[in-house]
Amino acid sequence: MSDKLISKTPEGPLSEKWTKYRSTVPLVNPANKRNLEIIVVGTGLAGASAAATLAEMGYAVKAFCFQDSPRRAHSIAAQGGINAAKNYQNDGDSTYRLFYDTIKGGDYRARESNVHRLAENSANIIDQCVAQGVPFARDYGGMLKNRSFGGTQVKRTFYAAGQTGQQLLLGAYSALERQVGLGNVKMYSRHEMLEVVMIDGKARGIIARNLVTGETERHFGHAVLLCTGGYGNVFYLSTNAMGSNVTAIWKAHRQGAFFGNPCFTQIHPTCIPVSGDHQSKLTLMSESLRNDGRIWVPKKKDDPRAANDIPEDERDYYLERRYPAFGNLVPRDIASRAAKERCDAGYGVGATKQAVYLDFRSNLINKYGRAEASKLGIENPTIEQLVALGKEVVKEEYGNLFDMYKQITGEDPYEVPMRIYPAVHYTMGGLWVDYNLMTTIPGLYALGEANFSDHGANRLGASALMQGLSDGYFVIPYTIGAYLSGEIKTKSIPTDHPAFVEAEKSVKDRINKLLSIKGTQSPESFHKRLGKIMWEKCGMARNEKGLKEAISEIQALKKEFWSDVRILGDADGFNPELDKAGRVADFIELGELMCVDALSRNESCGGHFREEYQEDGGEAKRDDENFMFVSAWEFKGESQWELNKEPLVYENIKIAQRNYK
Amino acid sequence: MSWLTKTLTSSIGKKVLMSLTGLFLCTFLLVHLIGNLQLFKHDGGYAFNKYAVFMTTFPLIKVVSYVNYALILFHAFWGLYLEFQNRKARPVRYAVVKNSSTFSSRNMAILGTILLVYIVVHMGDFWYKFHNEPLPYVQYTENVITGEVVTQKMPETYTQEVKMVEMTNEAAGTHTIVVKDLYEQVGISFQNPLLVIFYILGMVAVGYHLYHGFQSAFQTLGWNHPKYTPLVKFLGTWIFAIAIPLGFAAMPIYFFLQH
Amino acid sequence: MSHGNMTINLKVWRQKNSRTAGNLETYEVKGVSEDMSFLEMFDVLNEQLVSEGKEPIAFDHDCREGICGMCSMYINGRPHGPLQGVTTCQLHMRSFKDGDTIVVEPWRATAFPVIKDLVVDRSAFDRIIASGGFVSVNTGNAQDGNSIPVPKNEADKAFSAAACIGCGACVAACKNASAMLFVSAKVSQLALLPQGQAERQDRALNMVAQMDTEGFGSCTNTGACAAECPKEISLENIARLNREYLGASLTK
Repeated sequence: MSDKLISKTPEGPLSEKWTKYRSTVPLVNPANKRNLEIIVVGTGLAGASAAATLAEMGYAVKAFCFQDSPRRAHSIAAQGGINAAKNYQNDGDSTYRLFYDTIKGGDYRARESNVHRLAENSANIIDQCVAQGVPFARDYGGMLKNRSFGGTQVKRTFYAAGQTGQQLLLGAYSALERQVGLGNVKMYSRHEMLEVVMIDGKARGIIARNLVTGETERHFGHAVLLCTGGYGNVFYLSTNAMGSNVTAIWKAHRQGAFFGNPCFTQIHPTCIPVSGDHQSKLTLMSESLRNDGRIWVPKKKDDPRAANDIPEDERDYYLERRYPAFGNLVPRDIASRAAKERCDAGYGVGATKQAVYLDFRSNLINKYGRAEASKLGIENPTIEQLVALGKEVVKEEYGNLFDMYKQITGEDPYEVPMRIYPAVHYTMGGLWVDYNLMTTIPGLYALGEANFSDHGANRLGASALMQGLSDGYFVIPYTIGAYLSGEIKTKSIPTDHPAFVEAEKSVKDRINKLLSIKGTQSPESFHKRLGKIMWEKCGMARNEKGLKEAISEIQALKKEFWSDVRILGDADGFNPELDKAGRVADFIELGELMCVDALSRNESCGGHFREEYQEDGGEAKRDDENFMFVSAWEFKGESQWELNKEPLVYENIKIAQRNYK
Repeated sequence: MSWLTKTLTSSIGKKVLMSLTGLFLCTFLLVHLIGNLQLFKHDGGYAFNKYAVFMTTFPLIKVVSYVNYALILFHAFWGLYLEFQNRKARPVRYAVVKNSSTFSSRNMAILGTILLVYIVVHMGDFWYKFHNEPLPYVQYTENVITGEVVTQKMPETYTQEVKMVEMTNEAAGTHTIVVKDLYEQVGISFQNPLLVIFYILGMVAVGYHLYHGFQSAFQTLGWNHPKYTPLVKFLGTWIFAIAIPLGFAAMPIYFFLQH
Repeated sequence: MSHGNMTINLKVWRQKNSRTAGNLETYEVKGVSEDMSFLEMFDVLNEQLVSEGKEPIAFDHDCREGICGMCSMYINGRPHGPLQGVTTCQLHMRSFKDGDTIVVEPWRATAFPVIKDLVVDRSAFDRIIASGGFVSVNTGNAQDGNSIPVPKNEADKAFSAAACIGCGACVAACKNASAMLFVSAKVSQLALLPQGQAERQDRALNMVAQMDTEGFGSCTNTGACAAECPKEISLENIARLNREYLGASLTK
């Protein structure tokens, strides 16, 4: 292990590590908490829950988000649900099983101790959210309902229609706003963090830009929490929000925070396919739809018939065929690759042939229609009756998703199967953090999707919400004490300290440099080109040749960007073009690191599929002997990184090839 | 500020005042219509004129009527004040507006202003004249047993101190009253086609005002329930927005046509 | 790949900042495809403006899947455009015809001052939530999620109210720029759930007081808000808020 990577995992048996550590971590007394300032950047599930909880505990919190309100963070778009090992369904679920599924789902590339802690916290999250008034789905007896998600054989996913992320975020947001109202959190909306301020090797604050006035501001904090989400937008087209960006964690990375597993990207199997060059983003259709939808392509290549005209025996339900045990509910990386395989082999559907069908008709009729009919005592119902009855149930479960699909494609998914194709969705990689969620910079933390810690090489559905809230509500409030208890004597550092002055100057210099290029191409056009390189060469399938090409293409793109970008408007006011340019510049640098990481990992695991490393059947071929480690990259200068390895030790799980057959 | 003023000056409280006064005025309209239906009795105005006296002399009714006038004024001016305030909430207007609300709901203030003008004219026509002008008197003699009524106009010079003089002749079995002939006045007024049109327009305004106003009052008070709101909407539409204004509008038309 | 062949004429509100006056500017966008979203059409226009050396149009947008509530265009006289139950980002150009003229304005309300072009400041909504739109339960205080059963019907109603995305279309649509639908959605959600009972009265009183302070108009029950709400929040919520508020005023 690199001596720079100390995971600080507590000793003891796995199931006791967290409980014991939580009770022994140093505390900060209430009088001191008031004098300790914490900066939280980002207000999604992780950020809002952390800011609210830390403020409840008595710390002085400043929270920042680039959107116009903390409620808009992209956690809000999560659809399907949140996992918790409650075993309310009495189907054999347990903390250990959730832990095991998550490690296995992540293709054995996550840290055991962190994942077990996540599974332990999962049940508390549900309780906390219910207490906040999150309206989870309930059954007629008033009890919480669950549904299934990919990569598991139990029902442990809690949900609120297809808007679970929204409801959870609004819960955390309301907790945050409560603290804002009480004066314990000072909220800075429409502010973007542009630099971490380092004093004596510790993170001591940030430089943020007020996006409305254009002014740069200096903010001191005893600790800085980055809860800024993932960087899927490096691919230009992804399911991320338009504003989602890597800037905050990239600045931290350049200041010395190691970047963990940057190439681990999740490609989500069920997104609405691209319709044209104008496309600005991709829309996800929740994984929960795979509960009730069956995925298929025609058995005949280039079949010209409409989906409903293709008879049952001429359809290839390829997931059910290849993975009979999990069927349509295999993990995302597997489902995505299988879709790509079928399309590449010429069985794709729709105008672009880059899509497969997700069909609800059979479940609409047989599962829901028949159940409703027998509930209503209708004997020998007609198909039309069954469709109508089934529709009502499906509407309640996924109505908003079906409406969204219809709006975007102009087709009615109640009548014809959805066309779906994989798209970039989530990044398992992120800043490397220790057990306390602290990065390699003392005092700088990363929570939620912004860190690398819990999902290994592939994230299971309904686990991102769980991780964000676990980190924010139940981990950081304890673990931050380990650091802040040593900081009680540190007085607030005035922001005229030279380190603040210098950091602000570098931010302003960069803005002025961007504005002074006065080239010919818009930031958007650079972003599109970067996305194309990344998707083609560092996307669902990667190979050595492609990655090497990508690296040199990205380096060339970077040069071109810094000599030919055109940003209109000025720095003294609201200027989205300028904001975008700064983010694209960071994405370009990140893109290079992702390719470097993908190139160095000579194996296939989870979302990282190297074409050179596959089994005969096309399954990913892991190399546990040589690659059972976390790649933590240290920034050494432009286009220069040093690889540090944190070996992964599995004491409680037997490593095996992932098998969903 | 006391809790009451605080409540009543909040945005919801202000609306509650509109709602309560509005519902009171709705009740008044209903009573007013029922009373005025006596205009349609073919009795030479006997019932109607008696009713006019009763309405202006019975102490309780008198009090209620003054409360009513006050509430009309309050409802009107409070409504205008609210409209003025609401306009301040959007100082820059849109260049293009496509409405998804009803005409009535958007134009309550304008409809209300029309109604205020209407009420002033209407009160001047009848209430003021009845109270302050030397209207001719009429004498009705009712045979208590047969119910037959003999109408006799009093000479133009005749006046009396009280609103109504009553005499009972037990031997003849008759009951005689002398009152101001407001009925006659109604008939004369509605010979003027302009006034008839004005009254009809006034009733159209009442219809539109109540089409929104009646159900809106319930919503403001929080009385919205999937079981009962359809009934409120039904009453608001068919009784208050259609039947009542039609009933009132029938009067000028009836007298105009009779003429 | 579809290729666009529609031409759209746009009249867009341009305003440099909150201190200057604005006006409608006319633009022509060619090559619009019906598969484009309304915002993607704006992306095309902005690229066009950049290439002409003109400052692109500022507009709020983020998730582009109808849930974050950031997009906020007043299109041809209606918030979020001609369709019901749809946000601007989900509106697609198939809802328009070749040669159409489309007028795009920002939300207009005293409580939502214009920041630039089509971008307005909706922080008033955050302040309303901060005044009471929460359950005061500190992290770690929760009991088991199933310890209080919530009847499905109530849970569903609470969810329907909670579906509000805080976009402000209700304010934009209302002739009085009233925020009652927004406030009532939050008050209803928490009034319907057992978890919201402890602070039920204070919540209604405080949130209405904050709403009034922000300068929103009062509700005259026109129903425009619910008709234009992209999440189809019901007017029943406003009645419930009235009830909650009056009940709290009279008894607390």
